[in-house]
Amino acid sequence: MTLMPDLIIIEPGRRERHYWLDLWRYRELFRVLAWRDLSVRYKQTIIGVLWAVIRPVITVLVFTIIFGRIAQLPTDGTAPYALMVFAGMLPWTFFSNGLSEASSSVINSANLITKVYFPRLIVPTATVVVALVDFLINFCMLLLLMVWYRFMPDWRILVLPAFVLLAFFASVGPALWITALNVKYRDFRYIIPFIAQFGLYVSPVGFSSSVVPEQWRLLYSLNPIVGVIDGFRWCILGGQSELYAPGLAISIGVTAFFLWFGIHQFRKMEKSFADLI
Amino acid sequence: MSDAVITVENLSKRYLIGHTSGGGGAYGYTALRDVLGREARNFGRKAVDLLRGRQVVQGDEVEEFWALKALNLEIKQGEAVGIIGRNGAGKTTLLKVLSRITEPTEGRVLLRGRVASLLEVGTGFHPELTGRENIFLNGAILGMTQREIRKKFDEIVAFAGIERFLDTPVKRYSSGMYVRLAFAVAAHLEPEILIVDEVLAVGDAEFQKKCLGKMEEVARGGRTVVFVSHNMAAIKSLTTRGFVLDAGRSVFFGTTEEAIQHYMQLISRPSAGRPRERSKGKHTAIRDVYLLSKDDHEPTTQYVPGEPLVLEMMIDTDGTRGMSLELFLTDASRTRLGFASTYSFHGQTLPEKKGTYRAIIKLDPLLLAAGCYAFDVATSEPSANHWDHWVESAVEFEVQFSNALGYPWDFKQSYGFGALTLLCRPTAEFVSARN
Repeated sequence: MTLMPDLIIIEPGRRERHYWLDLWRYRELFRVLAWRDLSVRYKQTIIGVLWAVIRPVITVLVFTIIFGRIAQLPTDGTAPYALMVFAGMLPWTFFSNGLSEASSSVINSANLITKVYFPRLIVPTATVVVALVDFLINFCMLLLLMVWYRFMPDWRILVLPAFVLLAFFASVGPALWITALNVKYRDFRYIIPFIAQFGLYVSPVGFSSSVVPEQWRLLYSLNPIVGVIDGFRWCILGGQSELYAPGLAISIGVTAFFLWFGIHQFRKMEKSFADLI
Repeated sequence: MSDAVITVENLSKRYLIGHTSGGGGAYGYTALRDVLGREARNFGRKAVDLLRGRQVVQGDEVEEFWALKALNLEIKQGEAVGIIGRNGAGKTTLLKVLSRITEPTEGRVLLRGRVASLLEVGTGFHPELTGRENIFLNGAILGMTQREIRKKFDEIVAFAGIERFLDTPVKRYSSGMYVRLAFAVAAHLEPEILIVDEVLAVGDAEFQKKCLGKMEEVARGGRTVVFVSHNMAAIKSLTTRGFVLDAGRSVFFGTTEEAIQHYMQLISRPSAGRPRERSKGKHTAIRDVYLLSKDDHEPTTQYVPGEPLVLEMMIDTDGTRGMSLELFLTDASRTRLGFASTYSFHGQTLPEKKGTYRAIIKLDPLLLAAGCYAFDVATSEPSANHWDHWVESAVEFEVQFSNALGYPWDFKQSYGFGALTLLCRPTAEFVSARN
């Protein structure tokens, strides 16, 4: 087995021809790094993996009370308000965890970056995969909640993996860009918590995006998470939630753009990581 | 096509380094106005840097520094090459470029074959994970497949000698166990080209010997090895060719014997153009530090134990009162062996008139073991409690043979028994204690 092509040329500014092939060759390292992050994640904590569950569950509870009971916002169709919030909280938690952990991942692996070569893209993407595991745990919580409400999903739930993939790309794109910037300008470390907090209220997590006035919905969909959350609700709430097609198309477009832009920026900067970190 | 596996063509690497003009804002009498003014300028420059996508450099003066300049090198299949040079000569930078960690600024490198680089032992070890888990983690980081690691797992564990602690988190390991495990994983890499930085300077003497043995095995096995070390004995036994670097420039490439000779000559001369030589303190600057020979007072790199140690240097001062000159003697592993201070020990300060002075310092004879040593030289304001100008390894020298009383046994620093001969005067006394 060979990890590297037979001839390697090192030159300033050289675009790696085998970039994606190289990434494929290093898939084992990717797996090992993701496994490491997972296995050390809840070491020396008492309730361990419950931490992944507690935070979103409490947020769902609070949002249900504030938006559903106190503000009396409408839910999607006849779905219980808590279920609707949970269906939105799932992709949001995944997005914000992925974004915030990926953006500090390269800096946290400074000891690796300055000592060993490997495609740097592995580091932030591996952390997003770790966020995916938390997502799966939360998904099980959602299933329990659905059993509690005796809420039966329909065939639409089979489309959910497509939206999980969309959520994955939606967080990887900006994460890569901010990760690269963060290596160079540490200011971005302070921006991420702000995005995570602000985004929670700007995105339709605690309320249904149908409460957004019709003339603003297209503009609102520029936030790529809007499409993802709407998609999740459409899949999970089984027809109680409408899928707003033009909005979804815009969200997919914005996600695709950020994915391209993030990878582009990351590749442009990754060769200087070892010098800047 | 040539049979070179590593071809380096006109390779250069530039770094940007920043200085703070006017010196220590953190100490002394810098007015708030100055600080605000400087911060404002800094902010302006950083904002421009951000807009142009340049890196942020601390300090307000940016200087270019060439860590490597126009290097050419060709290493053939199966050669073991030692890279030698002083601290800061660019050895590690060269290894980092060869192992694709950092990108060169100019020139290019061609590598034919699978490369593994070992710039540090235990890269990526996670303290929370067990020894077993870390073997897999570290192996993957160094480029081994899980299958390879599984195949060699028992060998690695046996080499490290940590069978009993395999399932203990490595944060509970002693530092010796940690290093042994880390090296054991690295030693079982099987690349076509192996790049090794000074990683053997860890662990106890016995383990070092074991590591050297393993490295020799690798070198003999027909693989190409590039090896950096300050340990000339290791270089001699492991490599067939030597590449001497100084201030980022290539000085010599040839047989190991000749390369070591070139290096020895090199360390006897003050180097020109090294960045730290151009540095200066707020009030003073230390330049051109030499060790002088006993007889003709010429610069030398050799010291004979038991003779007085004479150092000569040039010092620029702005006439600040109360400056002290300090010397630190260190051994080859950079352990501090001793300290000299003109002020703290003798109440003597630097001249209080602005100018350039030649300082000659004569130290009492020392019974040093054979090996390499260096002096760090610094000026300080004892009252302000910080170094004004610090020059690390300002002068390096070597003791070739050490037995103060003329017995044939050569006391070497590398034995790990210390660096100072402790003499019994006149000899030990043995008095029968039985009755």
